[in-house]
Parts: sequence; structure tokens; C-alpha cells
Amino acid sequence: MEIPYTVKPRPDTGIYNAKVGIWLFLASEVMLFGGLFSAYVLLRVGADEGYWPHGWLDVRLGTLNTVLLALSAITTLLAWVACKVGQFGRFKFFHACTIVLALTFLGVKMYEYHDKWIHYEIKLKDGRFADGHMIASDDTSVTIEGRYVTDEKALYDLRSQGPIPRDEIKISRSDILSMENYGPWHNTFLALYFTLTGLHALHILGGTLVIGYLWGPGSRMWKKDPERFTNRIEVSGLFWHFVDLVWIFLFPVLYLT
Amino acid sequence: MSLKAFHLIFVSMMTALALGFGIWGFVNQLPWLGLASLGVAGLVVFYGFYFLKKLKKISYL
Repeated sequence: MEIPYTVKPRPDTGIYNAKVGIWLFLASEVMLFGGLFSAYVLLRVGADEGYWPHGWLDVRLGTLNTVLLALSAITTLLAWVACKVGQFGRFKFFHACTIVLALTFLGVKMYEYHDKWIHYEIKLKDGRFADGHMIASDDTSVTIEGRYVTDEKALYDLRSQGPIPRDEIKISRSDILSMENYGPWHNTFLALYFTLTGLHALHILGGTLVIGYLWGPGSRMWKKDPERFTNRIEVSGLFWHFVDLVWIFLFPVLYLT
Repeated sequence: MSLKAFHLIFVSMMTALALGFGIWGFVNQLPWLGLASLGVAGLVVFYGFYFLKKLKKISYL
């Protein structure tokens, strides 16, 4: 039995079934990310004064990732247009570009996560704080590249402080009261940052797998049913554009505020 | 809504982001970033019109 309306528009909706399906799915995605953005807004306005981080994320890397995703949206569109006009070779090229751009995005994101993972805030017994990236650690001491501050609030607003000098600091473990890296458990901002960008990165990964399938083994459909294959490319492109749109909101909210 | 229509929304949002990023650059004493971002906003608008012209025959639905 043939699946109905994979190519021809369904009379009551005016579009083929897969497009109805992807829009219903994207509606649920809007609710998912919308809920998380609402959580961000509520937690931020409820935060204690002076304890919401500013300038903790590298704007250069965020900008690079924005450019990568914007370019990938264009290559996705071009891949679909190439299918529409019957140029399979161009489709292959543009979707290969999409995959490379997506993997580069994920690579940059992993680098950012790693940077937070090795970043430590160390509370010392004399009341000061040492903050910086871990260089070495053994049973007796910890070495970081960072700085000392007397007031923990100085660690929150980095943007207003200008360039921060960082030195190699060796701290004896006997002087340490507590230490914690900049993982999602460190504070509310980082919990939101890892949740929002982690969920987004999973969407990028999922989209890349689907696009990779359509570029590779799935592209065999082009020979027997090019119209249906073109519709599949459009549906994957709609999902990809949605993921890109989410990033357009994430970037200013997390990196610029 | 077709990919063409969704791409148009994406281009509009990218333009808004580039404009906002430009303003952010000026506010944060990064005038080179502000100017570059406003330039990118102009390029995105140009691209938007170019893409609409090229895809005139493709439906919005």
C-alpha cells in the first residue's frame, strides 16, 4: 500500500502530510524552548542584586557560532532549491557544506564547555577567593591561571572590569576551604546556560544525523522518487531553520546580557 | 509555510540580531564591532532581496 500525500498536497490542508507533521512537531518544540526561556527570565529577575554573571561567555566564540549557523541555513535552502531544479550534484555539495558547518558549530561548543569545566572558583580559609583555569593538581596543591579577589561579587561582573590580569597561582590544599568548577551546579546562570545550549546542541546533533542520512544512504530516493526526496529535504530544512532561530535568541540572551 | 517563507523569517531575525549586536557593540565601547555588525545587517538585507528575486517562482505555502 502506498503512503498517501507524500508528494501531492492533501485537499483539506493544502500541503503534503510530512509538512503538516513537521509543523506540529515544531509547535511542540516552541513550547519546550519557550518554557526554558520563561524559566530564564523568571530566574534572572529573581536573582540577588550583583549576583547575576556578566561577561562569563566568550562573545567571539558565540559570534563565530552564529555565523556558522547562519551560513548553514543558507546552504540548507540552496540544497533544497538545487533539488527543486533537478541539480543533484549541487544538492550534494550544499548539504555537505551544511554538515561541515554543523560539526564545526558542535566543535566550538565542546571547546566552550571544556573551558568552563576546567575553570574553578576556590574559596580560601583566609576569606579570599582564587578564580581561574586549572593547570595542575596533586595531593598537596592546586595550580591555576587566574587571580585572587577579596569580594566574591568581583567574580560576577567581568564585563565592567576590562582586561583582567591572570597569573599562575599555586595554592596549598591545606589553605582551601572549598572549590568547585564552573559546571551547571555552580550557579543558576550556568545551570541555565548548560541546559539551554545543551538541549540546542542535541538538536543540532539530531539535525546533522538526519541531514547526513539524506546526504548519504537516503539520497538513493532521488533516483526513484525525486519529488518525494525534495520534500524530505524541505522538511529537514524547516527543522534546521527552527534550530537556527533558537540560536538567534540564545546568543543575545546568554552572551550579550 | 514553505522553507522559502521560513527562510524569509530567518533572514528578518538575522537582520534584527545584527542590528542589535551593532548597538551592543557601540554601547560596550566596541565601535569596530558595532560598525561591522551594522554592515552585516546591510548585507543580510541585500541577501534577503536577492533570494526573494531568485526564488520568485517558488510558493510560500
